[in-house]
Amino acid sequence: MLNIEIDGKPIEVEAGTTVMEAANRLGIFIPHFCYHKKLSVAGNCRMCLVQVEKAPKPLPACATPVSEGMKVMTRSDYAIAAQKGVMEFLLINHPLDCPICDQGGECQLQDLAVGYGGSSSRYAEPKRVVVEKNLGPLVATDMTRCIHCTRCVRFGQEIAGIMEMGQAFRGEHSEIMPFIDKTIDSELSGNIIDLCPVGALTSKPFRYSARNWELSRRKGVSPHDSLGSNLQIQVKNGRVMRVLPLENEDINECWLSDRDRFSYEGLNSDERLTGPMVKENGKWVEADWQAALTLVASRLREIQVKDGAEQIGALASPTQTVEELYLLQKLMRELGSGNIDHRLRQSDFRLDAQAHGAFWLGMDVADLNKLDRFLVVGSTLRKDHPLLALRLRHAVRWGAGMNLINPVVEDYLCKVANKAIVSPEGMVSALAALVRALAESKGEAVPAVAGNAEVTPEIRAIADSMAGGEKKGIFIGNLAQHHPRFAEMATLAQEAARLCGAKWGVLGDSGNGVGAIAAGAIPGRAAMGHQGLVGMDVAEMLASPRKAVILLGAEPEYDCHDPQAALAAMKQAEFVVALSSYKHGALDYADVLLPISPFTETSGSFINIEGRIQSFNGAVKPLGETRPAWKVLRVLGNLLNLPGFEFDSSEAVRAEVFGIAAPDPDAQARVCKLLDNRIEPVAVSLAGSDKIERIGEVPIYQADPIVRRATSLQRTADAAPPVARASGMLLEKLGLGDGGMAVIRHGQGSIVIRIDRDDRLPANCVRLPGAHAVTQALGPLFGELTVERA
Amino acid sequence: MVIQGGPVIFNTLHLPEPWKLSTYESAGGYAALKKILADKTPAEDVINELKTSALRGRGGAGFPTGLKWSFMPRNYEGDKYLVCNSDEGEPGTFKDRDILRYNPHALIEGMIIGGYTLGAKAGYNYIHGEIWAEYERFEQALEEARAANLLGKNILGSGWDFDIHAHHGYGAYVCGEETALLESIEGKKGQPRFKPPFPASFGLYGKPTTINNTETLASIPWIVRHGGQKFLELGKPNNGGTKIFSVSGHVEKPGNYEISLGTPFSELLEMAGGVKGGRRLKAVIPGGSSVPVLPGEVMMDLTMDYDSIAKAGSYLGAGSVIVMDDTVCMVRALERLSYFYFEESCGQCTPCREGAGWLYRVVHRIEHGQGRPEDLDLLDSVAGNIMGRTICALGDAAAMPVQGMLKHYRREFEHHIEHKKCLA
Repeated sequence: MLNIEIDGKPIEVEAGTTVMEAANRLGIFIPHFCYHKKLSVAGNCRMCLVQVEKAPKPLPACATPVSEGMKVMTRSDYAIAAQKGVMEFLLINHPLDCPICDQGGECQLQDLAVGYGGSSSRYAEPKRVVVEKNLGPLVATDMTRCIHCTRCVRFGQEIAGIMEMGQAFRGEHSEIMPFIDKTIDSELSGNIIDLCPVGALTSKPFRYSARNWELSRRKGVSPHDSLGSNLQIQVKNGRVMRVLPLENEDINECWLSDRDRFSYEGLNSDERLTGPMVKENGKWVEADWQAALTLVASRLREIQVKDGAEQIGALASPTQTVEELYLLQKLMRELGSGNIDHRLRQSDFRLDAQAHGAFWLGMDVADLNKLDRFLVVGSTLRKDHPLLALRLRHAVRWGAGMNLINPVVEDYLCKVANKAIVSPEGMVSALAALVRALAESKGEAVPAVAGNAEVTPEIRAIADSMAGGEKKGIFIGNLAQHHPRFAEMATLAQEAARLCGAKWGVLGDSGNGVGAIAAGAIPGRAAMGHQGLVGMDVAEMLASPRKAVILLGAEPEYDCHDPQAALAAMKQAEFVVALSSYKHGALDYADVLLPISPFTETSGSFINIEGRIQSFNGAVKPLGETRPAWKVLRVLGNLLNLPGFEFDSSEAVRAEVFGIAAPDPDAQARVCKLLDNRIEPVAVSLAGSDKIERIGEVPIYQADPIVRRATSLQRTADAAPPVARASGMLLEKLGLGDGGMAVIRHGQGSIVIRIDRDDRLPANCVRLPGAHAVTQALGPLFGELTVERA
Repeated sequence: MVIQGGPVIFNTLHLPEPWKLSTYESAGGYAALKKILADKTPAEDVINELKTSALRGRGGAGFPTGLKWSFMPRNYEGDKYLVCNSDEGEPGTFKDRDILRYNPHALIEGMIIGGYTLGAKAGYNYIHGEIWAEYERFEQALEEARAANLLGKNILGSGWDFDIHAHHGYGAYVCGEETALLESIEGKKGQPRFKPPFPASFGLYGKPTTINNTETLASIPWIVRHGGQKFLELGKPNNGGTKIFSVSGHVEKPGNYEISLGTPFSELLEMAGGVKGGRRLKAVIPGGSSVPVLPGEVMMDLTMDYDSIAKAGSYLGAGSVIVMDDTVCMVRALERLSYFYFEESCGQCTPCREGAGWLYRVVHRIEHGQGRPEDLDLLDSVAGNIMGRTICALGDAAAMPVQGMLKHYRREFEHHIEHKKCLA
């Protein structure tokens, strides 16, 4: 430890601490631009120059490590003169166009210029003008305002993992720019807007729509992935204008994925449903809530009496709140039906009888950074989990070994130690081989589940990697979780984890998957894992269509594993009521549309993949006649004369879910008890097949109804309409050329689509994303398909 | 070319084909290396000889070489590197080019001795991007040395491996700054790193690295062969050895002159044939365009060594002596100098990126008859705001000529502003 003094205040700090860090600990603010606590030290803006006793010149606080007995003066005349000198240099070529700059009011340069800038300029020469750059649909530029702090450059290199910005040219001609004619396509690109200390990089969707000081700030939680990023929702006139990260070191640190940041445009979509609608004689007419709800209650009651309660089914989106999901399952079970599910994209439910609790990450999110070794099975990691991927990259950067068993290869933007690229079905055999290899290397008897799986050199390398290290994890990604043999993969993952001493878990395919289990929105299990009325899972409900269907936030044609089966089941139902924020495909098959609040217009709770309860209040008032779904379900319960629907707040619902009023730490403890990845093994089949398999991932900006309507996100490269991809070998076998058109048949449907060559794919596979209008005519996300030349 | 009191570096210049290995060997070349390898001389002894010799960095900073070498971590496990800085790009400098051209083996031998002493895995010579023939010649010299087993595996049967790689730059002045040079070798944009950490702990590819100037390294074989004391005696205390001075400007015989440190400037000027056309000596920039200018009458009383020039308020720098006669307009001269630094600033840190252009524009205005009375104080203040506040010394290099000119020739600037024309 070293003893130093800053502005006369003594402090003891560890060796290696910089003057800036020490000053921060003392609460002393040193003006700066390029310094950022999450980025490497650049020392280029020179704004943080301070006086250090015995130093011959002013030193940058951000880049100067402390030494014993150091005396630092941050506010001496000498220091201030240096800081003012730098500020003058920063301003001479800055356009000073604050009145028309979106950063105005939240600009570090503007703020510090008040303290360190002159009231007039001594610079009488022409100012620099920089040619505009197009960074794509999300980030607006005014590069003339740039002060070359390189935060955006360093973010790309160090955090996003991809260098999309750089400093070109020299001296005064230096420009911060992307590669020539390239846009910024990282799934984390929006963070450079926050990092930019001036108005050079601003939000394109938000541009010129509001002034910073007109906005109210509300806390929120993102529903778009299993992380539950904390949001600062900025509101003006009852409308969400912008979303920024709310710093939470345990969850999203100070970052947001573009999906979390820009999805708010979907909240203000023209497709919003603003009042209840009922179908009368095949035509949609607006109705008032009383009439619409009375109709729903009477139709449900009618079918319950006539056909039996088991003829009613409920499909809920796992992005709905715990409170909403709880009331839905309560309503269903009070009606006498256990047919409720939220796992709409899952296709293997064999583990329902084998599981002990809710599947979860198996560790805290923050522990991902500290892993020594990990294995990811079946995941489009960066797209499904942008910020979990960031943490895993961080671990790799500090030496962790990353192993993959995956049907797709992507640029993981970090070193991949070992990978086995196999077909979706092949993931089962690969995991079995891993179990065998791990057992063999430990000298243990090979577990029966591993059968006689063949250990390839790739799998051997993964086993060797996973055998080492202390902190390790095996993670099942969305591709594996959605696959019809998920249960077998989970069985094998558990066995592999046992053998190598790793924790295992799922990365989670939705914002509130754990919360939906806690709420009891699953057959056979009521809230908090209690025994509940058994019923059909989603696959069963679609396979034998129910007469009445309640949809909560779900758009089955996009959100279900098999869109065609889902659509057929909806069309076959006698009565469909869709609780939705949007007018969507349900216009074709529903009988009543009830407008419910998206996550910004209601209070509620999400539980993220590490089991953390995150409750929030509504950020804005519900749009038009929209109502929070918990209120809608509460009134519906009343209209059906069901007991226990006397809630007058979402907090009351939440208290009933957890059996205790949250935010009581006990509620969190109870949820933690529910988290359990232990499963009883299922039988594993290692039979091979020579069929052509579909690899059907859910594209990043198709994941849920809000994102699908976020217009700027839909203009990004990641939102480009899907094409089919297959290895050159398969294309040759099928007589297809790279980029040719193909007829793809899958399930009952077929589409004509371009097929591109991608030799990184496993041999007999066609990569063809689902959850998209282009591929909606096809069957499930996985399974056999046929390909012919068009 | 006149050589006096040495020659330490140009010791083959009087022979035909002075750049050849055989020529160098005939003049005693590689004897030092062979002796070290045969005797297995401890690194400590070599460094002590360097300390005795008072050899100071010839690239401009004048840092004692023996001390620099002693900073290299001795027991570091892992690769270490030796880098030679031949990125000579400052206006007025052209000595390293001639070393590469006429005696590349002196440098190669110096680098091999350096590699041996510092425990380096490999050496890199970063050669300025605008000199092609010299680059080629250096590569040929390396080939000769490799063929003679002076480089490569098991050098001269000693069991020790070492090789040198030539790296051609792209002409950016800033890459002569040692950490920008490292970045450039690594294939990155040539921008200086901030220090600490210094290259001795975090250098090329993050490994401990020693960086020396071409002339510095080329002096080392002589020191090893003749001993540090003899080298010191060639010069004067704290300023050991000979130094190559690149004399340019208004002299009859511009060129490189290797002379003892401590030689009076007047003698150097005489060697260079005196002021061109017998005109009056007006001013001298004694160490390359980045150092403050000194009036001719001041210079005539100085000796050419680090301490004497520093005492007079300038720097010996790289020994690049720019001589100006009484026809020179100092405003015009400064405009040209300022333009160079404006063009060559790397743009990384604020004061230099923004300030260098500001200085140039103001001087340009004054030169073109649009100066204002307050401009001189402005120039002084802007130069002062750059000075000492940048990541590397390029900022200082942009500021010092301005400060030097204003210190000694303020009247000429005032005249320009007032009368919109030259005094000279």
